[in-house]
Order: sequence, then structure tokens, then C-alpha cells
Amino acid sequence: MDIYRAHVLVCGGTGCHSGCSANIQEQLESELNANKLEKEIKVVKTGCFGLCEVGPIVIVYPEGTFYSRVKAEDAKEIVEEHLLKGRKVERLIYKEDDEKIGKSLENIGFYKMQKRIALRNCGVINPEVIDEYIAMDGYKALGKVLTEMKPQDVIDTLKESGLRGRGGAGFPTGMKLQFCADVESDEKYVVCNADEGDPGAFMDRSVLEGDPHAVLEAMAIEGYAVGANTGYIYCRAEYPIAVERLGIAIEQAREYGLLGKNIFDSGFDFDIEIRLGAGAFVCGEETALIASIEGERGQPRPRPPFPAKAGVFGKPTNVNNVETFANIPQIILNGSDWFASMGTEKCKGTKVFALGGKINNTGLVEIPMGTTLREILFDIGGGIPNGKKFKAAQTGGPSGGCIPEMHLDTPIDYESLTAIGSMMGSGGLIVMDEDNCMVDVARFFLDFTVDESCGKCPPCRIGTKRMLEILERIVEGKGKTGDIEKLEELGEMIKEGSLCGLGKTAPNPVLSTLKYFRDEYEAHINDKVCPAGHCQAMKVYTIIEDKCIGCSACAKVCPTECISGKIKSPYVIDQEECIKCGACFEKCKFEAIEVK
Amino acid sequence: MKSLAELEAIREKALKQVNIRKQGDGTRIVVGMATCGIAAGARPVLSAFLEEVNKRELKDISVTQTGCIGVCRLEPIVEVYKEGEERVTYVNVKPSMVPKIVSQHIVNGTPVVENTIGYVESRD
Repeated sequence: MDIYRAHVLVCGGTGCHSGCSANIQEQLESELNANKLEKEIKVVKTGCFGLCEVGPIVIVYPEGTFYSRVKAEDAKEIVEEHLLKGRKVERLIYKEDDEKIGKSLENIGFYKMQKRIALRNCGVINPEVIDEYIAMDGYKALGKVLTEMKPQDVIDTLKESGLRGRGGAGFPTGMKLQFCADVESDEKYVVCNADEGDPGAFMDRSVLEGDPHAVLEAMAIEGYAVGANTGYIYCRAEYPIAVERLGIAIEQAREYGLLGKNIFDSGFDFDIEIRLGAGAFVCGEETALIASIEGERGQPRPRPPFPAKAGVFGKPTNVNNVETFANIPQIILNGSDWFASMGTEKCKGTKVFALGGKINNTGLVEIPMGTTLREILFDIGGGIPNGKKFKAAQTGGPSGGCIPEMHLDTPIDYESLTAIGSMMGSGGLIVMDEDNCMVDVARFFLDFTVDESCGKCPPCRIGTKRMLEILERIVEGKGKTGDIEKLEELGEMIKEGSLCGLGKTAPNPVLSTLKYFRDEYEAHINDKVCPAGHCQAMKVYTIIEDKCIGCSACAKVCPTECISGKIKSPYVIDQEECIKCGACFEKCKFEAIEVK
Repeated sequence: MKSLAELEAIREKALKQVNIRKQGDGTRIVVGMATCGIAAGARPVLSAFLEEVNKRELKDISVTQTGCIGVCRLEPIVEVYKEGEERVTYVNVKPSMVPKIVSQHIVNGTPVVENTIGYVESRD
């Protein structure tokens, strides 16, 4: 094993991968060869660094130089200038605001406030090399558990740590394990729920891509704790890189005897299989997920019996989310007190959030529970682009709700988010600014849940559809008095009457926007106006007489020929005929067309 | 995998590989690699340092490069930064001098005075 004088880390997460980071890696390697540096400098493909907004990202160690928005063409310059002559390529170094100084990774505002536990190895190790994971204390927790701890000790440690399910519901992980461990059975299973369906959330993908061994190790630990010998990872086929790296990781773990028979000579056997999902949102619900693993149609069933009693193939099963698993080896190694020292009274540890929407630093952040939304959005996220005003943040995706500015200083944990009408969910955090119409946002999320409803129970199948129809009517300017009340009534009924979490939470985006932005709904219905100026149907295009020079350009592009007038005198739009396509507005060079 | 000791052995070995990615407080060996340095033969010097560090399995040491320090007539120039100590600048370094610098200075903490340009101001 050779020592290199420098490591060039190239992000191979999905975000940077779609920015062609594989080409960058290839170019770097061929440039290194051309300069005969291949024995001195190593190129490493890693998982996601989190700051996807400025990807593809390349980091050069030992300096820790952080290059952003790198292109394959830049490889030559990085090699010849930085790696050969030691002159950093200033133009590629990530800059915050107007600061000119290139900073290293740890000093960037985006990372400074973060506490990375679940994401600790993402962007640090090569996920396809098990040795690198082992170098970061990988599989040490499994070794400790198998050689020094009893199954009940493992469960007690997790109970004391206060770890709760990171998939959204926040059920205490230790208790869940206890339920499963207490059931007598000849066969038990551990399932990793990697069916991340929440639009905008991608932390599970990132962990699987950047640190797959952490999940495997944690599954084996849980297997030992509950007495299971088989694990299933249910991952969506839409995550090809994650699936590929998981496969490689499982192979390597088997080769090292970290999966398979008699691990650490303890007599404990454990192996893991991957099950691919077709990407249905409902399969993130554990009973639907279990049905899908069994080869059945992915539909939820009533609980009880809970999976801890009757799960996969009717056997006791412990289901946890990817991020939950990623925390477990660290808790075993550092102790429950260490984990419990972070976070709030009821919620310990950290949570990963996927920042998206109208925010400067799109990407993944991991922060201690109890951090306020304001800190996440403005200190870490870098605020709202283009000087726009913050309007709301949607947490929990289509199951969650929006959080308006008045609640920005709420310390985030499961309970506090529920109290203000939203939910933690899997950690998607979509930011909206003054240009977003909240009615349309609610419509967007409901459109998603209508598509994804499995159709088993009527409140969800029919109810969400009716709600969507009302919302569509409202954004098209055809809302009626009484629509708001109908939405509220339907919403409450769907929540009450649905079987699984999908239906129980589907009305949340509508109900929470109604709670905080009722005036926007009223403006749409009563005044036929969209206060954010977003809803196309509500727009009124008029020609300002004083500014129009009568060039007829607008009349020529109008698809319905509803603009008329005489050359060199002001034109007029026939409002009855106008379809609000905006073509005239874009064509006019004299700013003579106004939109309201 | 039969025991924790076996795992630890793999870890020890692998750690050397990834240690470079922890921005540590260890010793830095910086070789001047501008045109002047390369022309004067900095490349074999750098390779010699890598080889020596590798051979002795030294930890927390990074061998890196920098641009022109400004005294091109004295290239190849190598600077050694040890934590909490003044940096030491070696001039006219040849690969043959490297084992001595590593053993006497890097490992045992006594700079090879006859090859230094002198002590410069302590780095903050």
C-alpha cells in the first residue's frame, strides 16, 4: 500500500455525477499520467459532499482546497498548476459571498455549523473500497457488539441514546428493537427502508452512495440485537449509483467475512440482500414495503400486527430508515451519553436536511436537533437568492406542511414541527420566496399524492382527487365561495379515515397553507387575483398607452390575434380573448406591457 | 473476519492511506515545484521524500509542493513545517540528502543545519 503526497477527491454522488464528474476523474487521471504524477497523487471517487449547488466538486488534500463547478476541461489546469507547481487554481476555488480567499472545507460557512454523524464518511472515503471504511473505524462497532456485548446491551445502549427513527415518524429505535427481540420466532428479519420517495429529499441516497458499509454494519448489529440472520435493503431502482455501490459493498463485506457465517468468530451469521423497488411512494410505508419485498403488490395493510410481530413472510421484522442505521455504529462506538449530549430534550443527535428550492446553497446539511430553521436557511443555506423575501419552507415534503416566517426561530425537532402544523418527515426542506403562490404549492404536492395513492382505501383515493380538483379550480381563477371550507372538511376526513401514513398526511400541505396563508386562498377565490403573481390564469396583461409606440410587434406574436390597433398609435388587448400566454410581454421592447 | 485484532490490522494499514485527508497538525514537507525548482531537480527530491516517508511508515506527515519561493538560485528548496516550531528551509537539496533530513530532523527533531538557509520568522 503506497502513500501518496496528495489525494484528489472527486465527488461521485448523484448530483455531481450528473454534472459529469466521472469525466473529470478520467481527465484528471490522464493528465496525471501525462505529467508522470500517477505514483505521487491519487484520484479518489467519493460520495456526496453535501454542497450540491456548486458541484461538481473536487477537493485536493492535504491542503483541503475546495474546488467548485469543475469541468473536465479544468483537469489540465488543476494538474499542471496545483498538483505540479503547487499554485492553487484561484478561479475554481469556492467563494462565499465576495470573499476572495479560497477557504478549505472546514472553514466554509456551509460546513462550519454542521455536525456530521450520519454523513461523516460521505465525501471523505471511497465508498467502493472497504479498507477506507475500516480506516474510519468501520466495522469496529460490529466487532465490539459481537465480542463484548449481549443483544440486550445493544438494545439498551440504543434506548439510552434516545435515537429515534429518521424516516419521519420518530419512533424510538431502541423500543422498536425491543419489540422485535421479545418475540419468539425461528426466523427474523432486519429491513432497511431505502425507498426514499419524498420529492426533494436525497439524504438516504447520499448515505448509500457515499457510505454504504455504515448501513451494512448497522444492519448486522441490529440483526444480532433482535436475533435475525437475514437483512433486506429495499432500495428504489431509480437510484442506480446507490444500488451499484451497495452491491459492491456487500460483496466486499462478504469477502472479508464481515457478512456471512460466524462473523468475528462469535457464531453469529448474517447476510444481506438487495430488493429493488419500482419507485412507488407508498412503498416507503413499512407494511407496503414488506408486501413489495415478498413479491406482492405494494399496498399497506392495517396495523397491528406491527412488523415487529409479523413482518416479512409473516416473521418478526425490524424496519429502519437508512439515516437511522447510519447513526448506529457511531452510537455503539462513542456510547449513548455522547449521542444523548446532542440535540433537544426529547430528540437527540442530529438530522440531515435536504435543502432545495429558493435557497443559495442547495444540498445536504446535517445539524444537531434543536437548531432553528433560521440558522439552517440563512447561516448554512446562505439565504434566498436574488435578494427576494423568504415566504415559507416546506418540511416533510408532500406529507408535511409549510412553516411561515413567524416560526423561523422554532428549534427543530419532531415535536416542535408537529406543533406548528408541519412535520419532520424524512428531512426534505423546500424553500419558497415571495414569488411562490402557496395555493399552487399545495396543488403541486396534492398532485403528487393523488398520483402516488395506492388506491386501496377510498378516503385517500377519492378524497385527495376531489381536493386536487378544487385546488385546480382555484388556481385557474374559477374558485367558488365555500371551497375553503370544503377543503378543510375533506382534509380532516381524509386524515381521519385513511389507513396508512400516505393518506393520513396527504392533506397536510393544504391544511397548513390554509392555516398560514388563508388570505392567498381568499384572494384567488374572491378577487381572482394571485398575490404572488404566479398563477398564469389570474394574470391580466394590459398595454400602457403612454409607452406603446405602435410597432405592432405584440400583435404579430399573439397566438389568438386579440391585440389590435393602428401602426404608430397605441395597441389594445382584448381581455375576453386573451389566453395569458405572455408572448406579447416578452416581445415588447418598450416595456409597454404590464402584468398584474 | 475472526477477531477485532484482525480488523485493527486492516485499519492500521488503511489509515495510512486516508490520513492525508484529515487536515492534521502533523509535519509538512514542502518542496518548491515552480519552473525553477523543477529545472533544478525538485522532482527526484520530492520522490525521495515520499519514498523515505513511505519506507519508515511515518504518520501525520504530508509531502506537498509549493510555487517559487523567490531564491531560484538555491533551488531545489525544501521547507519543513513542524507544529509549534519555526519552519526550516533547506536549499540545494539533492535526493542523497533526503534520508538524513528525514531521520535527523523529521524523526528526531534536530534540523540538518549545514543544509538550511537559516531560520525565518515563526509562522503564526
